[in-house]
Amino acid sequence: MFSNPDLLKFIFGRLTLEAIPYHEPILIITFIGVAIGGLALLGAITYFKFWGPLWRDWITSVDHKKIGIMYIILAIIMLLRGFSDALLMRAQQAIAFGDNEGFLPPHHYDQIFTAHGVIMIFFVAMPFVTGFMNFVVPLQIGARDVSFPFLNNFSFWMTTAGAIIIMLSLFIGEFARTGWLAYPPLSGAAYTPGVGVDYYLWGLQVAGVGTTLSGINLIATIVKMRAPGMTFMKMPIFTWTSLCTNILIVATFPILTATLALLTLDRYVGTNFFTNDLGGNPMMYVNLIWIWGHPEVYILVLPAFGIFSEVVATFSGKRLFGYASMVYATCVIMILSYLVWLHHFFTMGSGASVNAFFGITTMIISIPTGAKMFNWLFTMYRGRITYDVPMLWTVGFMVTFVIGGMTGVMLAVPPADFVLHNSLFLIAHFHNVIIGGVLFGLLAGVNYWFPKAFGFKLDAFWGKLSFWFWLIGFYVAFMPLYVLGLMGVTRRLQHIEDPSLQIWFVIAAIGAVLIACGIACFIIQLVVSFIRREELRDATGDPWNGRTLEWSTSSPPPDYNFAFTPVVHDHDSWYDMKNRGYSRPLQGFKPIHMPKNTGTGAILSGLSIALAFGLIWYIWWMVAVSFVAILAVAIGHTFNYKRDFYIPAADVSAEEERRTELLAKQV
Amino acid sequence: MTTQTPVAPVHEDAHQAHHGHSHGHEAGHGTFKSYMTGFVLSVILTAIPFWLVMGDVFESKIMTVSLIMFLGAIQIVVHMVYFLHMNTRSEGGWTIMALIFTIVIVFIALSGSLWVMHHLNTNMMPMSPEMMKNMP
Amino acid sequence: MSQPTFDTSEQPQFFLEEDHHIESSTNLGFWLYLMSDCLIFAILFATYAVVGRNYAAGPSPADLFELPLVAVNTAMLLLSSITYGFAMLQMERNAKAETLFWLGITGVFGAIFIGLELYEFINLIHEGAGPTRSAFLSAFFTLVGTHGLHVTFGIIWLITLMVQVSMYGLVEANRRRLMCLSMFWHFLDVVWIGVFSFVYLIGLVG
Repeated sequence: MFSNPDLLKFIFGRLTLEAIPYHEPILIITFIGVAIGGLALLGAITYFKFWGPLWRDWITSVDHKKIGIMYIILAIIMLLRGFSDALLMRAQQAIAFGDNEGFLPPHHYDQIFTAHGVIMIFFVAMPFVTGFMNFVVPLQIGARDVSFPFLNNFSFWMTTAGAIIIMLSLFIGEFARTGWLAYPPLSGAAYTPGVGVDYYLWGLQVAGVGTTLSGINLIATIVKMRAPGMTFMKMPIFTWTSLCTNILIVATFPILTATLALLTLDRYVGTNFFTNDLGGNPMMYVNLIWIWGHPEVYILVLPAFGIFSEVVATFSGKRLFGYASMVYATCVIMILSYLVWLHHFFTMGSGASVNAFFGITTMIISIPTGAKMFNWLFTMYRGRITYDVPMLWTVGFMVTFVIGGMTGVMLAVPPADFVLHNSLFLIAHFHNVIIGGVLFGLLAGVNYWFPKAFGFKLDAFWGKLSFWFWLIGFYVAFMPLYVLGLMGVTRRLQHIEDPSLQIWFVIAAIGAVLIACGIACFIIQLVVSFIRREELRDATGDPWNGRTLEWSTSSPPPDYNFAFTPVVHDHDSWYDMKNRGYSRPLQGFKPIHMPKNTGTGAILSGLSIALAFGLIWYIWWMVAVSFVAILAVAIGHTFNYKRDFYIPAADVSAEEERRTELLAKQV
Repeated sequence: MTTQTPVAPVHEDAHQAHHGHSHGHEAGHGTFKSYMTGFVLSVILTAIPFWLVMGDVFESKIMTVSLIMFLGAIQIVVHMVYFLHMNTRSEGGWTIMALIFTIVIVFIALSGSLWVMHHLNTNMMPMSPEMMKNMP
Repeated sequence: MSQPTFDTSEQPQFFLEEDHHIESSTNLGFWLYLMSDCLIFAILFATYAVVGRNYAAGPSPADLFELPLVAVNTAMLLLSSITYGFAMLQMERNAKAETLFWLGITGVFGAIFIGLELYEFINLIHEGAGPTRSAFLSAFFTLVGTHGLHVTFGIIWLITLMVQVSMYGLVEANRRRLMCLSMFWHFLDVVWIGVFSFVYLIGLVG
C-alpha cells in the first residue's frame, strides 16, 4: 500500500518526508527545544488540572479583557521567535565576510529575514496593538464588553491560527524566501515553486480575517457603546487613536486580502496578474500592496501615540496639552496615510510628477506628527513628572522617534531615495520608528496597564533595567546601519565581500545582544513581579492616580467591568470624578446582562489551520473536508439563539462588597 | 454575533420593549412604493446603457463610455437610496460617513493605481502589444 | 481646553442607576463589513482597469462577451433584488409564510444568475479563453467570479435563514439577520452595476 505513489499523493499531496528539515542542525535543535518546552507546558497543565479552567475561562471566553490579554501573550511569544531570527541575522552578517560564509546558507538566511519581517509586523505588533485596544477601550468608554463579543473571540483565534500556520513552516517544509512583502515575479510560481510563499499567503489570509473583523468590532464598540455623556470630544485619547486605527484596519486590510488573493490565484490557478508574460504586471502588485502597507504603519503607531498620550498626562499629573489638536492630528494622519504609498517605490520608474506628489504628501505627514510631539512636551512642561517605568519609555520614545521621523523625511525626498532605497539606511529608519515608536509604546503600555489587568504592579527595577538595555541596545544596533546605508550597503545580504565594513556589523550585533538582554529583563520582570505580587498588590484599582475611566473600577476589573454604567462630564472623567468627591455606589445592584462563552471561535480557527495546511501542501481531501466543516460549524453556530445570561444581583453585590472591604483596608 | 437577546422571556420588562422598538424604525425599511420606484428607475437605467451599446447609438466612443459611467453612477445612487435605504440619519449618520470615507478610499486606490501604473508603463517596459508596436 | 460648566452647589450624577440601554450595533457593524468588502471589489476593479487591456495577442472583449446573456443575467439580479424587497415588506407585516415565499423566489433568481454565469464561464474556457490565457482574462474571471462567489454565499445564507425563520418564526434575531442579508444582497447588486457597466459594456465599446 505504501508503495502506491498515487495513493500517497492523494493522502499527503506534495508533503513528503523530504519536507521535514532533519538535515538542518539549527532547526533540529530548535525543534527539540520547542518539543521539550511544549511537552513540559502540556504536562504542567495536565498536572495542575488546568485544562478545564483553560477551556472554560480563557479559550472560550468572550470577555474583552481576557481576549486582550491573550492577544498580548501571543504577541510576546511571537516576539521571542521574531527576535531569535533577528539575532541569527545579526550573527550571520557579523561573521560572513570574505572567505567566511557564515553559518546560514542563502536559502536559510532568506527564509529568516522574511520570517522576521512577517512575524514582527503581523504577529507581534498587530496582536500587541489589538490586545491593548481590546483590553483598554471598553474600560475607557465605560462599557461592559465590545459590540460583538463572539466575533472578538473568533478574531483572536483566527489571528492565532495565522501565527500557528507561519510557525508550522519552521518544521514542515520551508518559509518564503522573498522578503516580507513577497514581491512577484520572485514570489510567483515560476521562480518560487515550493511551499514557502504558500505558507506566507495562507498564514496572512487567515490572520487577516481576524484583524478585519476585530477592526469592525472595535469601531462599532466605540461608536455605539460609550458611556452616557462621553461625546466624541470627551473620549480619552487612546480611544481616539484606537478608533482611527480601526478605521484604517477596516479600510486597508481588505486591500491586502485582495492583493494576496490575486497572487494566490497566480500561484494556484495560473492566472497572469503579476507574471512576466501574457500581459501580467508585477509592478501592479507592488502598487497594491503598498496601498495597504503604508496605512499599516499608522495602524501600528497610532495606538502607541495614544498610549504615550495617556502615560504622559498621568505621570505629569496634568491634563493632556492640546487635546483637540491631538485629535485632529490623529485624524489628519489617518487620511494622509492613504496618500503616500508610492514613496516605497520611488525608484520603480514613475515620472517626476508622480514622485514629486508622493514625496510632498509624505513630508506633510510630519506636520501633524510634530504637533503631537509638541503636545507631549508641553504636557510635561511644568508638570509634576514621576519617572515610573511607563514614563521612561515615553521619554525614550520621544528622543528616538524624532530621529526616526527625520530620517524618514530624508527618505521622502525622491532624489535622496534613489541613493538610499533598499539600503541599510532604510532598514535603520523603519526600525527606528517601529522600535522607537511602536514597541516602546507597547512596553510603556504593558507597564502602565499591567496592574489594571492583574491587580499588581510590575517590578520597577527590572523594568528600568529592561528599558535601558532596550534603549542603548537599539542605538548600538541601528546607528551603524545608518552609516552602512549611507555607504551604500544594501539590505538582505547573506554575505559581504568588503572586510572594511565588518566592524559596523559587529557593533550592530553587539546592539542586538543588548536588546536581547532587554527582552530577558522584561521576562525576568514578569516573573519577579509574579513572585513578589503580594508586595506589589494594588488594592485601589488606581495605582498611578489615573485620569480615565479604566482606573475607576477594581484591579483586575470584575467580569462586568462596571457595576453601574458611569456618566461622563469631562474628558479626564475619572480625574474629574475624584476631584468632585465621587463616592462609589454601595447598594442597589441589578442583574447584569452578559454574553455567554462559546467554543465556536477556537473550533473554526482549528479548522482554518487544517484548511490552510491542506491548501499549502495540495492535500485536496483535507481542503474539502475542512471547508465543509467550517461552513457547517459556522451555520450551526447561528442556530444557537441563547447567547447571553444575567449575572444575578446577589453576585454583583458580593463582588462589590469584596472591593469595599479591600478599599477599607487601604485607608 | 451580538449581545442582544433574541428571546428573553424571563426579562420582559420595560427596557426590553424599548429595545424591540428602537431598531425597527431606525434602520428604515422602505415601502412597497419606494421599492417599486427604485426597481423601475433601475430597470430604465440598466436598459439605456445596454441599448447604447447593442444598438450602436453613438459614433463617438468617448460619448458612449462617459454616458455608461454616468448612468452607472446614477443607478448606484438609486440602489443606495431605494434598496439600501441610505440616508443621512441612519445610525446617527455613521453609515453615510462610512460610505463617504469608503468612496474616498476607493477613489484614491482606483485613480492612484491608474495614475501610478500609467506612469510606470510609459517609463518602463512596454507591457502590451500596442505599446510594443510603438517601440522605436 | 474649556472647563465644562456645572452647578457646583449640587454634585453631578456619576453613574446610571438604571441599566444603560445600548442600541444594537449590528446594522452599523454589518455596514462596516460591507464597506470593507467594497474595498476588495475596488482592488479587483483597479486591477481590471490596469491590466484589462493586456490581451497578450489573445481574445478581447469584442470576441468573447455576449451582451444578451449579460442582459438576462442583470435582469435576474434586479428581479431578485425587488423580490427581496417584497420579502422585507412581508417581514414588516409579520407575515411568515409570505416572507418565506418571497425569500424562496429571491433564491431562485439568484440561482439562475449563478447558473448563467457558470454557463458563460464554461463556454469561455471551452473556447480557450480561460483565466490563464491573458492578464485581461485573469482579471475578468477574478472580478466576475468573486461577485459570483458572493452571490453563492448569499444563497447559502438565504437558505439558512429560511430554515431559521420557518423554525423559530420572525423573532427579533431573525429580523435582524434578514435585514443584514438584505443589505448584503442589495450591495451585490450595486457591485454588479459596476461589473456590467465597466467590464461588459465599456469593454465592448472598446
